[in-house]
Amino acid sequence: MLKRTFGFGIAVLLVLAMLSGCGQKEAKEIRIGVFEPMTGSSAAGGQMTWEGIQLANELYPEVLGKKVVLYLEDNKTDKNEAANAVTRLIEQKKVVAIIGSYGSGLSMAAGPIVMKNKIPTVGCSPTNPLVTVDNPYYFRVCFIDPFQGKVMAKYAYNDLNARTAVIIRDVQDPYAVGLAQYFKEAFIALTGKTDSILAELEYNTGDQDFTAQLNTAAGKKPDVIFAPGAYGDAAIMIRQARQMKINCPFLGGDTWEAPEFIQIGGEAVEGAALSTHYSAQAPGTEAAKTFVEAYRKKYNKEPNAFAALGFDAYCLILDAINRAGKAEPQAIRDAIAATKNFKGVTGTITLDENGDANKSAVILQVKDGKFVYLTTVEPD
Amino acid sequence: MTWSLFWSNLANAVSLGSLYSLVAIGYTMVYGILRLVNFAHADLLMVAAYAAFYGVLVFRLPFAISVLLAIVLTAGVGVLIERRAYRPLRDSPRITAMISAIGVSFLLENLGLVLFTGRPKSFPVPGFLGASTDIAGIRVTNITFVIVFVTAILLLLLLYVIHKTKTGIAMRALARDFDTARLMGVDVDSVISLTFAIGSALAAVGGIMWALKFPQINPLMGMMPGLKCFIAAVFGGIGNVVGAVIGGFLLGVAEIMLVAFLPSVSGYRDAFAFIILIATLLFRPTGLLGEKIGEKV
Repeated sequence: MLKRTFGFGIAVLLVLAMLSGCGQKEAKEIRIGVFEPMTGSSAAGGQMTWEGIQLANELYPEVLGKKVVLYLEDNKTDKNEAANAVTRLIEQKKVVAIIGSYGSGLSMAAGPIVMKNKIPTVGCSPTNPLVTVDNPYYFRVCFIDPFQGKVMAKYAYNDLNARTAVIIRDVQDPYAVGLAQYFKEAFIALTGKTDSILAELEYNTGDQDFTAQLNTAAGKKPDVIFAPGAYGDAAIMIRQARQMKINCPFLGGDTWEAPEFIQIGGEAVEGAALSTHYSAQAPGTEAAKTFVEAYRKKYNKEPNAFAALGFDAYCLILDAINRAGKAEPQAIRDAIAATKNFKGVTGTITLDENGDANKSAVILQVKDGKFVYLTTVEPD
Repeated sequence: MTWSLFWSNLANAVSLGSLYSLVAIGYTMVYGILRLVNFAHADLLMVAAYAAFYGVLVFRLPFAISVLLAIVLTAGVGVLIERRAYRPLRDSPRITAMISAIGVSFLLENLGLVLFTGRPKSFPVPGFLGASTDIAGIRVTNITFVIVFVTAILLLLLLYVIHKTKTGIAMRALARDFDTARLMGVDVDSVISLTFAIGSALAAVGGIMWALKFPQINPLMGMMPGLKCFIAAVFGGIGNVVGAVIGGFLLGVAEIMLVAFLPSVSGYRDAFAFIILIATLLFRPTGLLGEKIGEKV
């Protein structure tokens, strides 16, 4: 008897759940999903991006007369979790578009899923070219690594007068492997010598002990060490290098831009240089002024590239929904793909046939415990 | 490779090995007595590191005092885990207790994520420990010596406790046979509590020194070291304290030397540790020093 009542209860619940599911479709809101690393080794990147997205949502809460609601899923800096996170956003939250993720590997894990479900997705800072290639539903508001690698190779060659380099890369991270490769190609092209890269050394995400790699690197006496990888790993690595009296400059990519890089690295990271997407210290666009002001007011600190990219990704999607005239995934996708001269915080965004933005990069250097703007590099 | 490079690699290898040893001891002690792989042990590294972190940065305590408090707190957490999660299951099948251990491990990690957030924090390193010294042209950080020194002292202390004190005799008796030990008047519960307290305190020391050596702490920082130390314990012969120390040293040295001599395979460093585990289990399941003990009935 009890069993039957229980079964009946479940049936009622199921019907109710289905009814409420139908109700949601009619609701006057537009759902945008966000999947970012809020925990794990890239947590700082995900959180900075999320701050920018929230800020944009606060400034522009409506489109087509409907409220935009954000749903955040933590991908835990884990490729499996990234796939789970977008699946949850699509299946449970029924989002019409997705923003994310910091970390190319995480974005690539989500790629096939958003493509299969035909949900347009805009990456804020995944820079590996493979994120958008052959995926008509993946776009991004940032430049890609062939450009970023070239920027740092040129900086090393021209500004630091480096003729030899050692690469220490995180072998588990497609971002680091890719960027290291592009740096290598560009550096060899500049020096004209294939042996100008003295060694390519590897470590695993989250490794804490780099002494063996650094010993090998020191033995080669390079002019610079290029170490793309997560900010925390890189900060520890540079610390150990300085303790071992390895004094050559360290260069990295956009993942280094996190307050933790300086907190963990301390004095050791002074002088370290990196390429990134945006700096509030660089001359900015009209949108950038609005952003910087609102960001300072809301968070009471200086803005960073990832918040700016998150802000841009959100605004780009809203702009696309506006142009599409309806909040349906396919229509939004087509509108995003047609984006031209979108005035973002991080520059003017025109998406190419792969869905990549062709944009300038800035080079920052750590000085007196702060990221200081050095120069802007335009794309060729 | 030049000699000076070799020596500086060796210095790093020995200090990494010492860290592995300290934590491996905790695994092996608990396994020796309860036949339980205490998966939560690894997360005690994290508990200790955060306790010391908050002691120094939030409560503004002197470094030495907050380290001491962190060790005491971690030992307390270890005892609490045993009392709440393992003791009620002592008569259940072993697999039940092991699953409970995995549960505790997840609980601690996720509690850490909620309380401390997932963003890595920078661990405060006192100037002296962060500095480095030149010895015959080789530059070694001071923390390297401290780690080796502290590990050696703690190991000697532990061996003294196990072999020369009544409690130690009781521990060894428990490892052999629970019921007989109880019949001989051994207070089983308190000896087990003490075992957990000692193991957890060692993990705490290991965790704090880990954070001093690699000053970036996050709630999941215990996972990989925990697995490595477990491998070290199995490799050395789980249940055997000296075996755990030897296993820890060998694993640390092997890892560093692998990267040093074969830079092209350095990405396989973690895989290498697991290969050691598999090989040990296949070819010498009792480990280097383990003796074959009949299954307990």
